[in-house]
Amino acid sequence: MKATGAEIIIQLLERQGVRAIAGIPGGANLPLYDALGKSGRIHHVLARHEQGAGFMAQGMARVTGRPGVCFATSGPGATNLLTAIADAKLDSVPIVCITGQVPCPVIGTDAFQEVDTYGMSIPVTKHNFLVRSARELLDVVPDAFRIAASGRPGPVLIDVPKDVQREAVEFDTWPEAGRADAPPELDAGEITRAAALINTAKRPILYLGGGVIAANAGGLATRLAEKASLPTTATLMALGAIPFDHPRSIGMLGMHAARHTNLALEACDLLIAVGARFDDRATGKVAAFCPDARIVHVDIDAAEIDKIKAAHAGVVGDVAEVLTALLPLIEENPRSEWLAAVEKLKQEHPLDTPGVDDPGSAYGLIRLVAELAGDDALISTDVGQHQMWTAQLYPFRRPRQWLTSGGLGTMGFGLPAAIGAALARPERTVVCFSGDGSLLMNIQELATAVEEGVNVKIILMNNNSLGLVRQQQELFYGKRLFAVDFSHRVDFARIAEGFGMKARDLAMADEPGAALAEAFAEPGPCLINVPIDVNEKAYPMVPPGAANKDMIGGEAHAYANA
Amino acid sequence: MPTQTLDVTSATAVEARRAVLELTVNNHPGVMSHVCGLFSRRAFNVEGILCMPVGDGAHSRIWLLVNESERLEQMMKQMQKLEDVNSVRRHAADHEVFLRLEDFFKE
Repeated sequence: MKATGAEIIIQLLERQGVRAIAGIPGGANLPLYDALGKSGRIHHVLARHEQGAGFMAQGMARVTGRPGVCFATSGPGATNLLTAIADAKLDSVPIVCITGQVPCPVIGTDAFQEVDTYGMSIPVTKHNFLVRSARELLDVVPDAFRIAASGRPGPVLIDVPKDVQREAVEFDTWPEAGRADAPPELDAGEITRAAALINTAKRPILYLGGGVIAANAGGLATRLAEKASLPTTATLMALGAIPFDHPRSIGMLGMHAARHTNLALEACDLLIAVGARFDDRATGKVAAFCPDARIVHVDIDAAEIDKIKAAHAGVVGDVAEVLTALLPLIEENPRSEWLAAVEKLKQEHPLDTPGVDDPGSAYGLIRLVAELAGDDALISTDVGQHQMWTAQLYPFRRPRQWLTSGGLGTMGFGLPAAIGAALARPERTVVCFSGDGSLLMNIQELATAVEEGVNVKIILMNNNSLGLVRQQQELFYGKRLFAVDFSHRVDFARIAEGFGMKARDLAMADEPGAALAEAFAEPGPCLINVPIDVNEKAYPMVPPGAANKDMIGGEAHAYANA
Repeated sequence: MPTQTLDVTSATAVEARRAVLELTVNNHPGVMSHVCGLFSRRAFNVEGILCMPVGDGAHSRIWLLVNESERLEQMMKQMQKLEDVNSVRRHAADHEVFLRLEDFFKE
């Protein structure tokens, strides 16, 4: 067989099962695009900014669990991708990014659109490659997919100089597609120790992280919660791992958790962390997090065990395999006293959702959207108040239903991630909750959404402000509001229409609920602008660096006086 | 920190606070960046580095002289995760690999 480097890449992607790639062509990846153009099996999605392409790849990966793929050219193409790659690293999302590079002979000469893509991507990738011959691609491409999907998933970048893309080589056989390595062997002793800690605990709490979603272990985690009667909290990344209305679910923990959730954690004597990494947004001040608890920590990444909190039992392994091994060792235990205490906390300190019956307020809007979108909808968000409100209130029932930028907190994530999700699941409605600050950070992808005709409904919670930053200035910087309110008001409905997207402005609607229902009834992309009072806060809030018990706001009675 | 001023008065105290790491890695451009990047992004100084190919040249051995720290365990776990790092071993500060080089590092 004889093929060029570019043809090898495209062939290997096809063999890998890739059916959609987001990207932008440029000088240094033109041979790759020439080969892609001849592929009858891969649909190319022309993003309008490489960061958008990176988030589209993430959107595909987050809903399917399989590596998403994006292309960019050298120089600015590659630098524009970096934010999306870093985001994938922090949230452990498998993506494979293939960038063009200037030809080998001019690498290091400050050639046009040359940057050290390899060097710049080292700290934000799980692994990266600079390919120096077309033949290497036969190993590198399957390897990239293997690495992205193995163990703790993550982003892999392949930098391919233009002359390598053009180089023709002869070879005998195509390599096998890259598949995830077998997960690490389980340590039976640690599992026994974990089971003993769980069986003897009086006040245990199950703490689920994104690793539960990555391991497709939501059902197993729920069974553990049921069998051992474990109140179960989820991180931002794990929403949907246990249905929100499951009797054992106590909602999200951390900085914007319901009060009862953080208070229950305060009281627990055993914390069972599963696929979670004790992120500071979840734990607050670590020394004061679950102060009386022993720790069982299950994670596929050995470096997470003992990283933040020392584990009394640390089980390294695939979460699904660990839970399968653990479940038979767990004694059924009604724990009625502890469950009653947690229930009492829930009654006394519920999540306060002012305005939940008013679609003109944040909580009311989210609840109405949830009714209209239905149980099958996929939900993406940007970053800010709207993200926290959605995380608190949206009725998530399934893993991979929820796409949000957790670790990096990237404004601009929501729209391109929603497009990626819609491309991977064209039969679903995808709702993108966004804010006016976030949406502007990747608004050019409205064009892509229209071009692809994706069924994405953008719910723009518009307070003409960087709301969550504003909230911090109000609470922690003496109400000195600076650089957070936009003095010019953007007409987003007109902007959307300018991109060819349908739009509705609920500010103009006589019946906002009816206008929203109409938007959901029509297929295809639509932007819905919803004015939100700039004084609405994402409460409760734990001040950065404070203990989770020191929450501000969100008491059920506080609003009576406000 | 005030405790460190104590250490510099005693050469043995400084040595006792050091550790030697031995890594076996794939030999290609960029591996050193991957390894050193783990240290630099944590503001963790690498005091000494030695690197030479071993055997047929497909692999290299990297010796690192670092300060003892409670973070070192975490650093080693992170190093073990690197695709191009095949093994990581920790030796005490009295490991002879750096001691024998003293003659090359006189002012």
